[in-house]
Amino acid sequence: MRYVDEFRDPELITKASEEIYRLADPDRHYRIMEVCGGHTHAIYRFGLKDVLPSNIELIHGPGCPVCVLPMGRIDDGLAVAKNSDVIFAAFGDMMRVPGTHGSPFEHKARGTDVRIVYSPADALQIARKNSGKHVMFFAIGFETTAPSTALTLMRAKAEGIKNFSVFCNHVTIIPAIRAILDSPDMRLDGFIGPGHVSTVIGCRPYEWIARKEGKPVVTSGFEPLDLLQSVVMLLRQLRAGEARVENQYKRVVPWEGNRAALKAMADVFQLRPYFEWRGLGFISQSALKIRDEYAEWDAEQRFPIPGTRVTDPKAAQCGEVLKGVLKPAQCKLFGNECTPEHPIGALMVSSEGSCAAYYNYEHRKAAAMVTSISSVA
Amino acid sequence: MCLAIPGKMVELDPNAAHLGTVEVAGVRRKVDLGLLEEDMPVAGDWVLIHVGFAMTKISEQDAVEQMNLLQMLGEAEQAMQEVRGYCVDESGEHERENLRPS
Repeated sequence: MRYVDEFRDPELITKASEEIYRLADPDRHYRIMEVCGGHTHAIYRFGLKDVLPSNIELIHGPGCPVCVLPMGRIDDGLAVAKNSDVIFAAFGDMMRVPGTHGSPFEHKARGTDVRIVYSPADALQIARKNSGKHVMFFAIGFETTAPSTALTLMRAKAEGIKNFSVFCNHVTIIPAIRAILDSPDMRLDGFIGPGHVSTVIGCRPYEWIARKEGKPVVTSGFEPLDLLQSVVMLLRQLRAGEARVENQYKRVVPWEGNRAALKAMADVFQLRPYFEWRGLGFISQSALKIRDEYAEWDAEQRFPIPGTRVTDPKAAQCGEVLKGVLKPAQCKLFGNECTPEHPIGALMVSSEGSCAAYYNYEHRKAAAMVTSISSVA
Repeated sequence: MCLAIPGKMVELDPNAAHLGTVEVAGVRRKVDLGLLEEDMPVAGDWVLIHVGFAMTKISEQDAVEQMNLLQMLGEAEQAMQEVRGYCVDESGEHERENLRPS
């Protein structure tokens, strides 16, 4: 078993793997979706697929907030940034995501004031220190990150900071899971639930998946043992014909979630009637919009937003990979036109994108094997 | 982006109720504690930090394991770059090297 000795508790990992082999029905093909991009990354990095029997298939879900954002929203944000007195602030993950006329980083090279921040609080600080400019924070993320944006807006309002706004692209995880379950292309047996989103929303929001859809959900930590234990817990339920929500990540995830975070989100945001997701189309009540009480800090109310709708390049299959219908390597552009060095879509850029994860671990491994075989021959 | 960074509370900010200084692998920065206002951490507590905000309290054991996990995921350097980048109480500018996307 590759790398087991590098991991903490190698005996427990071996035990978990043996339990998985024992529990998995050889006549059954299991399709388990890990929703969160961070889990996708961990699965590839740790080579967990090598540790699972071949009849357990891990399907990558849409839990990558950079990946699911349609290109038009990036274009819209950059359109605001064209104003010479606007500073465009965003997380590092956004910087290389392609827009129609280049990524934020490429816009920076052409003179747009684009800055990396590591926190929405830092974007607000730039506003405090640059009173002659307007700082627009391009906010992305699921419920893990939205509360921090909410608190930042509350601070901006409390201090009366006028030269700051948020272009809000926060999305919510439950509607995305619902859209996946409603999709006719997708047959799934269970879910590895998000780790950090769940620290905010808790485990209750997943209960309908178990009760109404009959699929077990196990919220999981990110270590190899966490993920394998979560698979064990899912298999136990599937074997017993049960469907419940279980929390494997108890040390971090509270069942009831974080009340202060949920309150901050409710105070500052409301749900958009619908929002377009790359790959999943328009989903109702799936994204956050800034409430009217904070209109002064809402970039969409302060600036004219083009409302660009841009489809992905025809050959790119970002949508299908996001839905889990295609594996990254099955996209025609994978590894050729689309690589981390010159990405066509966000899945190849973002640290949580399944294409980037697959490319950096599996693809390079396969390429190295080919090289080593041909050098021996 | 889903980086959860473990840090040890050093002290609460006497001038700003929602800020506190944390230490991550020897680097000290102020983070926002607003999400933990129902159960504020004190000096010596360990917290998980995400985009400059403390998300939850954790045990010291979990903090050590989380740092190891970040190493194993190849994200430890990115985490330290992020922590060094937090500047909620400073100039808002970052060193030149931080402007290079990872």
